[in-house]
Amino acid sequence: MVKKILEASHAVAEAVKLCRPQVLGMYPITPSTHIPERLSEFVNNGEMDAKLIRVEAEFSAISSIVGASAAGSRVFTATSSQGLALMNEVLYAASGMRLPIVMVVANRALSAPINIWNDWQDAISERENGWIQFFVESSQEAVDTIIQAYKIAEDERVYNPVIVNIDGFYLTHVYEPVDIPDQEQVDNFLPPLNYKYKLDPTNPKTHGPFAYPVPYAKLKKRNFEDFHSFTPIIKEVHDDFAKEFGRSYGDGVIEEYKNDRPYVILTMGSLSGTVKEFVDSRDDVGLVRLRQYRPFPFEEVRNALEGKEMVLVVEKDVAFGSRSGAVFLDLRNALFDMKDKPRINNGIGGVGGTDITREDLGKAIDELKNKDGEIYWFEMRG
Amino acid sequence: MSGETEDMPLGGIIIKPGSTTENKTGGWRTFKPIVEPAKCVKCGICEKFCPEGIIDIDPEKGAVMNYDYCKGCGICAHECPTKAITMILEKK
Repeated sequence: MVKKILEASHAVAEAVKLCRPQVLGMYPITPSTHIPERLSEFVNNGEMDAKLIRVEAEFSAISSIVGASAAGSRVFTATSSQGLALMNEVLYAASGMRLPIVMVVANRALSAPINIWNDWQDAISERENGWIQFFVESSQEAVDTIIQAYKIAEDERVYNPVIVNIDGFYLTHVYEPVDIPDQEQVDNFLPPLNYKYKLDPTNPKTHGPFAYPVPYAKLKKRNFEDFHSFTPIIKEVHDDFAKEFGRSYGDGVIEEYKNDRPYVILTMGSLSGTVKEFVDSRDDVGLVRLRQYRPFPFEEVRNALEGKEMVLVVEKDVAFGSRSGAVFLDLRNALFDMKDKPRINNGIGGVGGTDITREDLGKAIDELKNKDGEIYWFEMRG
Repeated sequence: MSGETEDMPLGGIIIKPGSTTENKTGGWRTFKPIVEPAKCVKCGICEKFCPEGIIDIDPEKGAVMNYDYCKGCGICAHECPTKAITMILEKK
C-alpha cells in the first residue's frame, strides 16, 4: 500500500485501473472529466489493458458498456449531471438486464440555468432506476467503494449495476492523501469476472427480449424484491474488504458519528466532513451518514434514530411535487410506523454549489430543535 | 417472453435459444393472406420476400402459409406475379 497525495478524480482512475476493467466507454463532462482523462492516459501508456471506446455522447458511452458487459467484460464509465440524464433510457435497460456495471457519477447540478457546481439532483433524479447507489465522503472512500462496487455488482446473488457518487469539485478536484492498494491485493479480492449469462455464440442467449404484460410485471416484481435483498450482501463485501484492506465505513451501509446525542443530522457525501466538524463543536448533535442511498437502508436508519429527539435531513436536492427533498421522503417513510419516532425536519442547501458551513448547520439545528416537518432552506452563499 | 406460468429468470435473460417459436405471433395480424392454388406457379418469390419466413413452397400445393406467425404485412400478395394471394380482413 502506498500513500499518495492525489486529486480524487485521479485516485478514482487509479482504483479503476486496479480493478482491471476490459472496456471503457467514456465521454468527458465537468466535473467528472479528469477521470476519463487519466484513464485514457493509462490506456495510451500501456499501463492498462483495456479497450477504450471514444463515443460521441453519454448515451453511447453507457450503450457501449451495456453491450460489452452483456458480452462478459468488466466495464467502467464516469459522468456528471446532463451526461447522466442523457444516459437515462439505457440506465433502465442496464438494471432491467441486471448487468454488473460500475459507474462513477461526479455529482453536479442539472440545467437550466446551466451550472457546473455540485449538488445531488443528477443522482437523486435517478433514484427509481434500479441501480445500487453509494455516496462517499472522501477520496479514500471513493477508491475503496469502487473496488467494493465491482465485487458487489459481480456477485451472482446480486448481478446489478452500481453507481458510486462523488461530489463534484468538493471531491473530484480536491487533493488528499490516499492509500492506493497493491495490485496483488486487489487481484485477490476481485478475481476476473466470470459472468454467468455472457453472450456467447456457442451457447446462445437473449438479453432484453420482448415481454408480454404478465412476464413484464413478474420481472419488475422480481427485480423490486431482489433489490431489497442486496443490503446484507453489500455489508458482507464491505466487511470482507475491511478484513483485507483494514478500512471500514460504518457497517458499510450507514455510518454513525457521535450518535449518542438527542439531535441528529442525517446526510450523505462529502458534506459529512463538515457535519463531523460541526458535531465536534457541540455536545447535543450527532451524525448519521447514508453511505448506501439505493436500496435505502430502512432498518439501519430506524435503529440508528431510535429514541432521538429530532433528525435534520440535510440534502442538496429537491423532489419536485413532494414538498421536500428526496432523502427526507425516504426517511419519513422509514420512520412512519416507528413508536416514539423523532421529529424530522428537512434542510435543503448546497444547491448549485452554494455553501453549507458549520455556522449554517448550527443556525439550522437551533432553529429547528423543537419543530417537526419543516422544510428549511439554508442561506444561499457561494 | 411468454412466461405466463414459470418463474422469471434473472434480468429476463433467455438462456435457451428458440423461444421465439413458442410465442404464437399470428394474433397481431389484421389481414390474412389467402393463396389460390390454381393460380400459384410455385415460383417461390413470396417465400423469398416474406420478412417472417413463414411461407413454404410445397411441390403439390404451392405456397403454404404458417398462420401461427404470419403478421399479415401483405408483401407476399404485393409481390406475387400471378396475383394468386389475396389479403382478406380477418374476423376474430
